[in-house]
Amino acid sequence: MSWEYLCDLLSGVNKYSTGIGRIWVAVVFMFRLLIYVAAAENIWKYEHDEFECNIKQPGCENVCFDHFFPVSHIRLWALQLIIVSTPSLLVVFHVAYRENREKHNQKLYKNPGKIDGGLLCTYLISLILKTGFEIVFLVLFYKLYNGFKIPRLVKCDIRPCPNTVDCYISKPTEKMIFLYFLVATSCLCIILNLSELSYLIFKHSLKCHLKKYMKKQQ
Amino acid sequence: MDWGALQEVLVGVNKHSTSIGKIWLTVLFIFRIMILVVAAEKVWGDEQEDFVCNTLQPGCKNVCYDHFFPISHIRLWALQLIFVSTPALLVAMHVAYRRHEKKRRFRNGEKIDIEELKNEKFHIRGPLWWTYTSSIFFRLIFEAVFMYVFYYMYDGYQMPRLLKCSAWPCPNVVDCFVSRPTEKTTFTIFMLAVSGICMMLNLAELCYLVIKVCMKEPRKTT
Repeated sequence: MSWEYLCDLLSGVNKYSTGIGRIWVAVVFMFRLLIYVAAAENIWKYEHDEFECNIKQPGCENVCFDHFFPVSHIRLWALQLIIVSTPSLLVVFHVAYRENREKHNQKLYKNPGKIDGGLLCTYLISLILKTGFEIVFLVLFYKLYNGFKIPRLVKCDIRPCPNTVDCYISKPTEKMIFLYFLVATSCLCIILNLSELSYLIFKHSLKCHLKKYMKKQQ
Repeated sequence: MDWGALQEVLVGVNKHSTSIGKIWLTVLFIFRIMILVVAAEKVWGDEQEDFVCNTLQPGCKNVCYDHFFPISHIRLWALQLIFVSTPALLVAMHVAYRRHEKKRRFRNGEKIDIEELKNEKFHIRGPLWWTYTSSIFFRLIFEAVFMYVFYYMYDGYQMPRLLKCSAWPCPNVVDCFVSRPTEKTTFTIFMLAVSGICMMLNLAELCYLVIKVCMKEPRKTT
């Protein structure tokens, strides 16, 4: 079980997505997953070993690290990628449900994968959920770490540290660069989701209006 | 998800590339991605552990390392490879869009062979020419930008053996020693050379495409 499983899931979703949805999948693969696996994971690999405090008191470093990093950036990033990709499964399940219904009855749908009727609602809900989760994680990052900055030095005075101790974070600049990259790609994904939402709502309300107009003409 | 997934995407684009494009792709896979994964990552693997400063002051090593290596070479190369490969996605998306249009025409009654559609090679003409040429242009820009960023960040392409650091909390000017500087310089110059070759291939492909279109225009008019 690894990121390949998520990749396979998202590739499956791609079939039933709009053009913007496919761009979203490409952005998630290339600029988020691939960057995470190929670059970001290694930066945070030895973050605890390389976290150094100016004190010999045993336990002080552990306690300070735990205080300043309740959940590591890289784990939050992984959670974000998984949770943000999951709403797309709703669409896959709905299409599978439609295809299952067709197996037992006669042909009910012209094309089970076409985004209309109930599937449109599911698709819109998945977009809203994706956007919601992105925003939640961005806010979580901001609140947990007081902004998106990573300082070089943090001051810690939690027991058993005997006084206010200087603790040094490893590779703060590199971590900050990749954090900004994460924020930028999240924002891009939010914009893509909102565009797709607007496009679908606009397209279908236009269809409804046209149908009503045609009926009135008849 | 790793470089293998990127390879699958790019191999898909390969079908619709020119011969120079295919050579570029081979150079990218063998001399850049493979070298990065198989060799370069190991050379830079222990870079902070073996970065040693001549002081016992806690925190001095961390701060000096962060000052001299704001972003590691290996991460910059990974970013460069991802950004340089991304324009090929534009071509893949355009081809997918054209296939989708053909499938739609098939559903509306036109006779199209599905098997032929799957394996069809789209010639680089019309709108696809513009997409393809833009993708090469963006590739060139990204390569140049990353080469400049490397030069600017590390004052050239050589890895020094010794760095002098006086950032707080180092008590005075402290000597810090980089691990494996010669090996790192060798790989930096190698990756730089291969970037240069890729840029030349991209330029050649761009010229070839422009000349091809210019030569067709006079034939049309005569």
